[in-house]
Order: sequence, then C-alpha cells, then structure tokens
Amino acid sequence: MSAYDKLVFELSSPGRIGYSLPESDVPGDRTARDLVPAKYLRAESPALPEVSEFDVVRHYSRLSRLNYGVDTHFYPLGSCTMKYNPKINEDMARLAGFARLHPLAAPAAAQGALALMHELAGMLAEISGMDAVSLQPAAGAQGELAGVLMIRAYHLARGEQRTKVLIPDSAHGTNPASTALAGYDVVEVKSLPNGEVDIADLDKHLGTDVAAFMITVPNTLGMFEPRIVEITELCHAKGAQVYMDGANFNAILGITRPGDLGFDVCHFNLHKTFTTPHGGGGPGAGPVGVKAHLEPFLPAPVVVKHGEAYDLDWKRPKSIGKLQAFWGNFGMLVRAYAYIRTMGGDGLRSVSDNAVLNANYVMKRLEQDYDVAVPGPCMHECVLSARRQKKQGVTATDIAKRLLDLGFYAPSTYFPLIVEEALMIEPTETESKDTLDLFCDAMIQIARESASSPDVMHEAPVTTPVRRLDQTRAAREPDLKWTSRAPRG
Amino acid sequence: MATRYIANTPAEQKRMLETIGAGSIEDLLVAIPAKARLSRPLALPPALAETDLIRHMSAMAARNADAESFACFQGAGAYDHYVPSPINHLILRGEFFTAYTPYQPEASQGTLRTIYEYQTMIAELTGMDVANASIYDGASSLAEAALMAHAVTGRTEIVLARGVNPLYRRVVATYCEGPGIRLRDVPAPEGVLDPEAARKLVGGKTAALVVQSPNFYGCLEDVAAAAELAHAAGALLVVVSDPVNLGVLQAPGRLGADIVVGDGQGLGVPLSYGGPYLGVFAAKSELVRRMPGRLVGATVDRDGARGFVLTLQTREQHIRRAKATSNICTNVALCALMATIYLSTVGREGLVKVGELSTRKAHYAAERLTQVPGVSLRFAQPFFKEFTLRLPKPPDRVVARLAKQRILPGVPLKPFDRALGDCLLVAVTEKRTKAEIDAYADALATVLA
Amino acid sequence: MASVPGDLKYTRDHEWARQEGKNIRVGITAYAQEQLGDVVFVELPKVGATVSQRQAFGVVESVKAVSDLFSPVSGEVVEANGALPTAPETVNTDPYGTGWMIVITPSKPAELDELLSAAQYEEFIAKGGH
Repeated sequence: MSAYDKLVFELSSPGRIGYSLPESDVPGDRTARDLVPAKYLRAESPALPEVSEFDVVRHYSRLSRLNYGVDTHFYPLGSCTMKYNPKINEDMARLAGFARLHPLAAPAAAQGALALMHELAGMLAEISGMDAVSLQPAAGAQGELAGVLMIRAYHLARGEQRTKVLIPDSAHGTNPASTALAGYDVVEVKSLPNGEVDIADLDKHLGTDVAAFMITVPNTLGMFEPRIVEITELCHAKGAQVYMDGANFNAILGITRPGDLGFDVCHFNLHKTFTTPHGGGGPGAGPVGVKAHLEPFLPAPVVVKHGEAYDLDWKRPKSIGKLQAFWGNFGMLVRAYAYIRTMGGDGLRSVSDNAVLNANYVMKRLEQDYDVAVPGPCMHECVLSARRQKKQGVTATDIAKRLLDLGFYAPSTYFPLIVEEALMIEPTETESKDTLDLFCDAMIQIARESASSPDVMHEAPVTTPVRRLDQTRAAREPDLKWTSRAPRG
Repeated sequence: MATRYIANTPAEQKRMLETIGAGSIEDLLVAIPAKARLSRPLALPPALAETDLIRHMSAMAARNADAESFACFQGAGAYDHYVPSPINHLILRGEFFTAYTPYQPEASQGTLRTIYEYQTMIAELTGMDVANASIYDGASSLAEAALMAHAVTGRTEIVLARGVNPLYRRVVATYCEGPGIRLRDVPAPEGVLDPEAARKLVGGKTAALVVQSPNFYGCLEDVAAAAELAHAAGALLVVVSDPVNLGVLQAPGRLGADIVVGDGQGLGVPLSYGGPYLGVFAAKSELVRRMPGRLVGATVDRDGARGFVLTLQTREQHIRRAKATSNICTNVALCALMATIYLSTVGREGLVKVGELSTRKAHYAAERLTQVPGVSLRFAQPFFKEFTLRLPKPPDRVVARLAKQRILPGVPLKPFDRALGDCLLVAVTEKRTKAEIDAYADALATVLA
Repeated sequence: MASVPGDLKYTRDHEWARQEGKNIRVGITAYAQEQLGDVVFVELPKVGATVSQRQAFGVVESVKAVSDLFSPVSGEVVEANGALPTAPETVNTDPYGTGWMIVITPSKPAELDELLSAAQYEEFIAKGGH
C-alpha cells in the first residue's frame, strides 16, 4: 500500500509562496510596527506552511482521493440521507449577489436575500404543516436547542414550571444533549421491541412536570409510528408539547406533515432532506418550524414582508434570542431553495416515494441473509441486525469494513442503540436500482464470507488508504496537532 | 413524476415492487394512518427547469448590494478579505464536498487529515495547545466557551467586556438560559474594558472573563491585563479573536488566554449574508476533555502506517448523550477546509502581508475620513483594521446616500448601542484600494456638506 | 468467564471493595473492564473528597463508552491511584491489583455488608449483569 501520506507542513520549503497580494498603494511606508503599539504585535510570524499554489492544489487533490463521497461511492449511512447534491445549487449559491453579500447590509440593499429567506420559510411551513419557520439554526442540534427553548419559554409564559423532557431510548444523541442544555432533566422512555413508543409507559411518565415529548418520525428503526396521532393527543391532554426530530423527513414529503400529526415543533435538516452538501461533517442548516402558539418565541430577528418590501423584525420581546451571530447558514438556504424550486410539490412527493421504495427493495433483498430489526414494510431506511453473523464471530464493524473493500461506504453501525449489532441502511431516492443491486450483492457476499471465511472479515479493509486504526492509542496518547518532529509510527 | 435527481424509471419501479411483493408504493405506506395523510398535493410553486431557475435566482441575487459591485467597508464580525482561487476549486471535489463526518476513518483519511492540519494551524495562530474541528460560527463558539468555563470551574457567572460583539453576547445569553448562568457586562466608556469596573465584577462566582481584541469597536484590548485580572480571581480568560489578524497581532495564548474563540470567516470563507461561517475554538491542553465538538488525532494502523481518527469521542453527544460537553454534531468541516487551504496558500508570509496591508489601509482610511469636516474617531485607542467614526449626520442616511455611488461605507452602530447612535463602524481589508478609500472620503464630504 | 476473587465484595455497578484494616480499597471488576474494552481515561476524586454509597465518584472511559464509577461505601477518599491518568491500561491488565482506583475510610462501615458476595456477583453477571 503506497497511499499518499503527506501533511501540508511536510511540503513546506522556507521562502516558497502560494499567494498573490498587491503592494500597498496607500501613501507612506509605515508598517504595523509604526501604527500599532508593540505589545499588541506578534514577535515572529506564525509557523504556517510555505508552499506554492500548485503544491496546495496537488496536495489537497491527493488528500481528497483518500475519501469516499456520495459523488464517488454509494453512501448508505442511515439517518444521514446521503443523497446526490445537485450541481446547479452550487452555481446558485455562488452568484455574487448571494455569496458576496455582507450580513449587515441594510435591508433595502438585501431585498433579494430576504425574499429568498421569506419564501423558503413559507415553503418549509407548507411542507411541514407548521405556522412559522425560523431559518436561523445552523444544524439539527441547534434546531433542537431552539425548539426546546421555545417550549420552555412557552411554559414559563403560562406560569408553569415543568422540569422534564421525555425522549425514547432509540433517539439520536443530540436529543438528550440539546434538551439537557436547555435546562431540562432528560427521562428516557423505553421503546417496544419493534421500536414503537410504549404508550402505556409514556402515559405513566407523563406527569404535570413534563414539558415535552421529543420523538423522531419515522423512528430510528425506519418505521412510521402508527399511533402517532394518539401520542400527540395524549401529550397535549397532559399539557406537554410534542417535538418532532425531522432527521427522517425524507420519508414523508407530501405524504404526511408533522403539523397535521399534532406536533408543536419540528426541525428540518437541510443537509439531509434538501440536498445541501455534507462537506465532511458540515455545514448544515437546521430550520425550526412551530405552531402559532410558539411563534412569539422564535429566534430573533424574523424575516417579515410589509407590502412588497422585506425586512428583519427585531422587535420580538418574547423571543428566545439569537443562535448565531447573523441570520442562519444563508449559503445552505440558497441551495435548499434552489432544490425545492427545482422539484416542486410533485417532485418532492416523488422523492419520498422512491426513498421508501429503495429502502424496501434493499430490505427485501437482504432479509434472507441478515436479521431485520423489525419486519417491513419500512419507510426510507431499514435496520438490519448482524446478530446471526456475530455468532460466527463477525461484528457489524467487520461488515462495515468489508464493505469499504467492496467499494461502498458503510451503513451507520451500532445505532439505534436498542438493536444488537445494528446496521442502518438509508439508500435515498437518488440511487438507481443498479447501484442497489450491486450493494445488495456485496452484502450477500459478506454474509456468505462471514460463515465461510470470517478471517477475511477481520482483516478488512485491505484496499483503503490505511487499514484499521488504533483508536485506543489515539485516545490514550492524544496527538492533536503536527509538530516538526519525525512522524509517529 | 420524472425528475433528473431520481433514477428509477416506471419499469424499474415495477420490477422492484415485484421483488418486494407489493402492488404499489402506496402499499408500502400502510403504517401511516389514513387520517394522518396529506390529502392534497403540497402547495408549492411549480417545478422550474434549470434555465428558468437560473433566470429567477439571478434576478433575486441582483437585488442585493454585494461586495463584488460595491466597495465594501462593512465589518462587525464579517469581512471582505481576499479568497485565493484554489479554495473554491478544491472544496468542490466531490470526495470532500459530498462526504459526511469521518465515522469510517479508513475511507475518510482526506477529511481527517485536513482537519488535523486545521487544528495544527489554529493552535499555532491562537497560541493554544489544542483546537477542535470547528463550531458553527464565532458567536456559538463563544457560547460554548462560556458553557465550558462554567463546567470547568463550577462557577455561575460570565463577565463580558462591552467590547465583545453584541451579536455574540445575544447568542451567549441564549445558550446560558438553560444552565442558569448569569451574564454581567463590564462597561467600556473609552472603547476598551474599564479595569476598575472589571475588578469589581470579577470575583469568586466568575467562571470566565471574556474580552475581544480587536473589539467590536475596532479597539485593541489589553489582553494580558485582563488575563491577570481573571486568573487572580480563579476565573478563566476567554478571548474572542479574528484569526486572520493573527499573522501580525499577538497570539492570545501568549497573553494568558485559557480559551480562544472567534470567527474564521476571514480565512477564505465567503460573506454569504452571514453564514455558513467558521467557529474557531482552541484551549489549553488541560481543558481538552471538557472541550465541545470533534477532535482528530493521529495514530497508526495495523501495519504501523500513520493514520487519523476522530478521538476523545466520549465527550460527545452520540456517546455521552445528556451528559455530553455539548450538543453539537454537524459542524462546519467544509469551512474549516476552506480555512486550511487558505492558510496553506497565503502561508507564513502571506498572512503577515494580509494583516500589514489591512492595517496600513485602515489607518490611511481613518486619516482621510477624519479630514472630512465634522467627522472624527469616536475612541482614542489603538486599532487594527476597523475603527468607529462619529458622523455629524445620521449614519443610516449616509449609508443610503453612499450606496448610490456603489460604496458600502460601514455598519451604523445605533441598533447595537443607543449611545453610539451617531457612529459608523468602518472596516478596511487588504482588498480595498487607495482609489476606493479616496472616493469614499470624497463622497462622504459631499454628503455631509 | 471473568475472574471474581472470593475475598472481595461487589456492587451491581461492577465495582469491587476490599477491606484493608479500617479502609476500603475500590476498583472495577474484570467483567466490567471486559465490557468496556480498552480503558483510555480514568477520572478520580481528589484525596480528601467525600463520597456516598451508590453515588458517582469518578468516570472510566474506553474508546467508545463511558461509565460512571459508583462508590461501594460512604466515606472519605484517603488515596487515589495516581498512576491511572498516565497508565489507564492497568485497569484492563490488572483490575484487582495495580488497576485499583481509590481507598476510602468508611463513615458507615456496616455498608460493606450490604454488598454482594463473590458468589452473588458471579450469579449476577451470569444473568447479564444489569
């Protein structure tokens, strides 16, 4: 294996430059040393790389090739909705009127941007059945924080001191983390073995001290909660608000709407459902939608329309405040807007239809060789368990690593926590039957190898730029930055 | 409904349904109760063909006064700095652009290596031991720093200098609501932290003192003195710093900062009407296990080859859930990649030059603009690339008038601080030219005459 | 099957307790370290801290799991294993020996009798350990 193994610091040569900047064109030859008192200045220049522009281009091009991405590989990472990211969205986000607009431009000088935000919020409200949408949260977790803080403000405004939020044990980790950050005690509610909410257990927990119930729909096992309307009604009867984690929105576009199901709040992940790129971990965007009774508490400012003019409304005395310095991840909003305008209502419905079809197809093709967590039909993703393979000495991790060798990124593993050796597969609607067949063939091959030659599984991956990495060493002796000593190992 | 983003043809759909054993896609949706179904199509505008979409969105974009067709002197936390061309080309490589969080490290070494490089560069610039893989923006980074200081010290108050960006202060207030952390403000009557007032507010309950330098008004703060004050009370010092300035300005870590945060937007990230930006977060090594967000570490693979992984993950929400150090999951890795490519491209010498040009041009602009009758500097403090002007006419009207001459003269401070209702915050980056500055001064003189 | 020394007392949270004169030495069991995997970090209280029975006194972390450490008895911490921060792997290699965590001077010595015997603990982990 001779994968590229350089860091940019290791390409550095003193005096080499990669930038192009003009000489100073203002009068005088005073430098920072003359203009700024010495105590504010750095004694020597920072130890950044000294490389040419071409060094930079080749280095990062070569690094990129050490990655799998959606553009190059099927990426069935459950719960992350790794669908195709349309190229036209990138062109739109790079229009100078959007990409080079300063956030503190006077509203009169930003009417196009404000119009886009106002229209996008309106379209997301229609898609979700909510009454108002804030585009400010930067990611799903920040949308959750905003949503829970609005629920908190709502209860406080009614003079109610509620201290707990109920969350199923199958939830994403951000749900309890965001809720705790909002000042609530998190109470975990057990799921039934099929992943559905145990309504009797929920009812038992729903005291007058419960502020909200937070749930993902479809749930993290890829199943629609069949009694969801009953659940939201039960919560409301006890004075609790109901929050929908919209991570799995890709399953329900145009089919059902959280607002119609009785939810008071939901967030969207524009980087999942609405095709903004994942970028190696972000940025995302996590707009949050609410029913009318929570609207006064939305993050400030809110984009408003007076006649034909758009403005930022700061006079929001009940607002939970700000989440980001400015108005949201606007660049991501432009991409999501371009996507929704490209698809239209029928197109979005077709997205969910095909996402569900693809997931069920994969589930069907694999149900002989793997245990399914819950019998289908599923929604947009399916959860398998490798418990059968585990008995042969092959874990979900081994299967994930072997898939890398066979040219596919891996499903999410060990999530949800309530499924043993979980493999969570989300194919998305943008993948073709041909790709799904190749993937299923690989999964079936792996199931056979698990029985016949588990060593192949334990050795995997062998075709990737590096083989399995020593996580223990990384955590015991954290090495979090490069130093000029010789590389380790 | 055929769209170019969905591959399945009707014939393929039919074959797939046959395999599944379902008569139609509707049969797969049976778990959704009928009364929960949307009984009508979504009421959205009809789908646009690509050419129509371009026409429509280009018209929207054209209604904005952007820094391409206007001379931009706006700052206040977002700046029109030089963006070297390779950044955009390289981030668009699909292997970077369309990958997700590197949970499978063997197939994500590209992302992991760039984050490790990023952590190294941010640690170097800020003078800190460790930097994380990013937070959303400067404001949310500061909010996370406040939460971290609270967790580390067990104390319940955060003292913020008035010179901290007021938009950041609002975000800190939102994040501190749940934990019940009290925020206290130190006035800055002369544009910088009032040390006497600070001494009275910083005490046994103080988790951290927060200063920003250069601060919101553009003034340079005495960070070392603030560090001494905070540490004497057993509090942490959190410094808000714009990393693009740190080629020339002293690293906050050298001045006693325990946590350094800031927005890395200036490091090659487009203005984009406020986001996505780059939340920089760096700290001393003894605080690493309390840090929010992802961290990449070096290790070796089975064959002894160097490799990189996400590490110290037990701090994070997917493992520690309600007890995690932060709720952050998705971050802004792509913006961190932009910054990494930026810092590689401008390099050791270029970053110094960016700072030198910015401060020279800013000082020239301050001289030229204050020669206009009635215009003065509001604060008599050293500044770097940004300064506060006092105008004899309402700043928002000046902004509207100069826009007609394709000049964006700065940010009126009235919405942020009523006492500064006659003030305009002016930022000058290395991109502004003498001609633009002179035109600005001339136009200002005309408007004020 | 993980070893369960007969001379120790155990908690349902997988800590062991050993009487040493008037003090109690505390660590985690071989079963616990097996479940956790490679231990990478241990956070212990300072000497002089007060701990209460069944309350968390520290944290043990592996690469992908984190677990609170619960005190078998109430009392004052008189020793903490200073070697663990730099050598957390001893929790895996020698959980009943050099991988010990703290020594407590109990304030309610009778609490020790409430803990599981080796036989009871073996039965407990045979049933799944939770």
